[in-house]
Amino acid sequence: MNLDYTDAQKAFREEVRTFLDEKLPERLTDRGRAGRALTKADHEAWHAILNDRGWLAGNWPVDFGGTGWDAVQRHIFEDEMTRAGAPRIVPFGLAMLGPVLQKFGSKAQQDHYLPRILNGDDWWCQGYSEPGAGSDLASLRCEAVRDGDHYVVNGQKTWTTLGQYANMIFCLVRTSREGKPQEGISFLLIDMETPGVEVRPIVLIDGSAEVNEVWFSDVRVPVENLVGKENEGWTYAKYLLTHERTNIAGVGFANAGLETLKRIARAERDGDRPLIENPHFAARMARVEIDLMAMATTNLRVVSAAAAGQAPGAESSMLKVKGTTLRQEINALTRTAVGPYAMPFQSEAVEGSNEAPIGPDYAAQATAQYLNNRKLSIYGGSNEVQRTIIAKILLEL
Amino acid sequence: MNFELSDEARMLQDGLRRFLSGTYDKATREAATASTTGFVPKVWAGLAEMGVIGALFSEREGGFGGTGFDIALVFEELGRAGAVDPLIDSGILGGGLLSAFGQDGMLEGVIDGSVHLALAHAEPDSRYDLARVTTTAERDGDGWRLSGRKAVVANAPAAERILVTARLSGGPADRAGIGLFLVEADALTLRPYPLAGGGMAAEIALDGTPAILLSDDAFAALARVHARATLAICAEALGLMEAIRALTTDYLRTRKQFGQPIGKFQVLQHRMADVLIEIEQSRSAVLNLAGHIDAEDRDRHVSATKNLIGNAARLVVEESIQMHGGIGMTQEYDLAHLARRLTMVDHRFGDALHHLERFIALSEA
Repeated sequence: MNLDYTDAQKAFREEVRTFLDEKLPERLTDRGRAGRALTKADHEAWHAILNDRGWLAGNWPVDFGGTGWDAVQRHIFEDEMTRAGAPRIVPFGLAMLGPVLQKFGSKAQQDHYLPRILNGDDWWCQGYSEPGAGSDLASLRCEAVRDGDHYVVNGQKTWTTLGQYANMIFCLVRTSREGKPQEGISFLLIDMETPGVEVRPIVLIDGSAEVNEVWFSDVRVPVENLVGKENEGWTYAKYLLTHERTNIAGVGFANAGLETLKRIARAERDGDRPLIENPHFAARMARVEIDLMAMATTNLRVVSAAAAGQAPGAESSMLKVKGTTLRQEINALTRTAVGPYAMPFQSEAVEGSNEAPIGPDYAAQATAQYLNNRKLSIYGGSNEVQRTIIAKILLEL
Repeated sequence: MNFELSDEARMLQDGLRRFLSGTYDKATREAATASTTGFVPKVWAGLAEMGVIGALFSEREGGFGGTGFDIALVFEELGRAGAVDPLIDSGILGGGLLSAFGQDGMLEGVIDGSVHLALAHAEPDSRYDLARVTTTAERDGDGWRLSGRKAVVANAPAAERILVTARLSGGPADRAGIGLFLVEADALTLRPYPLAGGGMAAEIALDGTPAILLSDDAFAALARVHARATLAICAEALGLMEAIRALTTDYLRTRKQFGQPIGKFQVLQHRMADVLIEIEQSRSAVLNLAGHIDAEDRDRHVSATKNLIGNAARLVVEESIQMHGGIGMTQEYDLAHLARRLTMVDHRFGDALHHLERFIALSEA
């Protein structure tokens, strides 16, 4: 047993650090640290820098223009990225659609779409959830009816993250009502410029507008945009969900959040001492840190098993529950730490105004982030759904 | 022992609930948010006309209530409606201090709704410490001049006059030597902004600002009005919890996934049951404080109740959003406003952590 990286892995980590030192623009890390949303151009600029280095598609095989990294390398890369405060790679094309096309897409789809994901020609978004189909995704109703060389799509998708930036959407659509609900679902690629597609923003509880409703009325989609076989989309969707799970614990985000929290707790005065010396507050921070130290190792155990080719079982669900709960606790402690300066509503700071924040700069986004990150235990399969998965595997009932 | 409301109290409760449920729709809330004061003058006038502000003061002060139970009743109803009107600032804090220092003329204006006040007490570094005042006061002829910074002063953008604390003697955290002054709002530099829970506040800069001295030893009066304001905000939190409970139980009954209402899933039933238990605990904690608001051990009750409410509020907010799923995260849905306002309760008059320590200290004493 040895908890350290191998020499080769350490050398790789050095290489990643050097790259981030040299190439990561300070402008982007500053925005991220202030909790401010990046613009579309910011995301695209960062993708282009990574693509130049050949490191944009960490989870793609070399044949498709990816890095060919194993799970440990991917973990090291993601860990160093968050540590450096780099923007998250927008996952929809790279982490979600890419692997599905590589496994189930036609040669023509692979040749057309994969390079466009890498060079930034397409911005993809995900059309899965519907108002009536959340945790129960298989009950989705957005419908695609075959009409000659086209499907005609009607219905509504929701919670479409960054859909306002996207020109393409991959959708789960209903193509049959026979049999079990899972058996009539197809995986369709839709150009959002097509007549009949409408995107409407949803303003969230923190004032941000990162998610959208997408409406389809008589949208004609060429049949060659069907991925794989008709009515087998559920299989592809599940593949996508199991495939994209290496960073599910969000260890890097939690570490960065805890570091910020400590910085705030040292700066905040609580009577005659800094807040970090308040024993009740310190105890709650310590509990989080202790949990996080263990979770980081759980995460590495899973990463290591994945690198050795073992299929993930309940572990990714465990990491999702533990990781999101920890990050939410860090958000709650941060909100507590900033005290009365949690009260000003400073949502415009999210979109990047130049006005100085009310109170200390580290307080400006504490409430917004606390509220916004309530989503962590809801999206990507709610934590209730994850616990059911864990229990099913465990109890075999 | 009697947990029943008196006939008068029930009439006030019914009338207030009717008025608020008829008044506080989404349009009113949006109008309040869009205004420079953070509330709608017509609603404020309606509340004053109903005698809601008068219910916060005793007959001796020109009102018709003023007990802890009166305060709890009014603020629970305000919370239930998600109301954002500054009854704590103009009424409990401002009016309470005017009453303490014999400003009966102005108090009359507070009770009839024509005078708006704000209390500028907390400073950028004072956090929740009521005795920490570093703003300075210098004599200037018959009057005074104040210099310093005041933080997150609720209702300052609407107030014609602002009550300001400044240090006359002693160290930065001494209870003795805190003076209370009256300042004309237009003599001040304000930086106004909206609050996450609704309403408006401002950062205030005093730079040799002229002021009239009301008291040269104001700590006891400040502690009294803060205790009453804490009761008010805790009762408001209880009302917010009740409103959130109604939305969430409705949602559990009507939202269907996997072919049944999600309230049929035992995991959600148990979690909702835990929420209900904590709301009932909150109600009892508010009653405890209401019954001890003039008692000798008032402050121990203040801390017990504020601590419990802070913890319960977090549970209610987080569980209600989680049980709603994505829809609970949207601005459009009423839960967003109620949850934000309830979350912000913990950041005024001391959070759960502050009151935990204070409760321990007061219990040892």
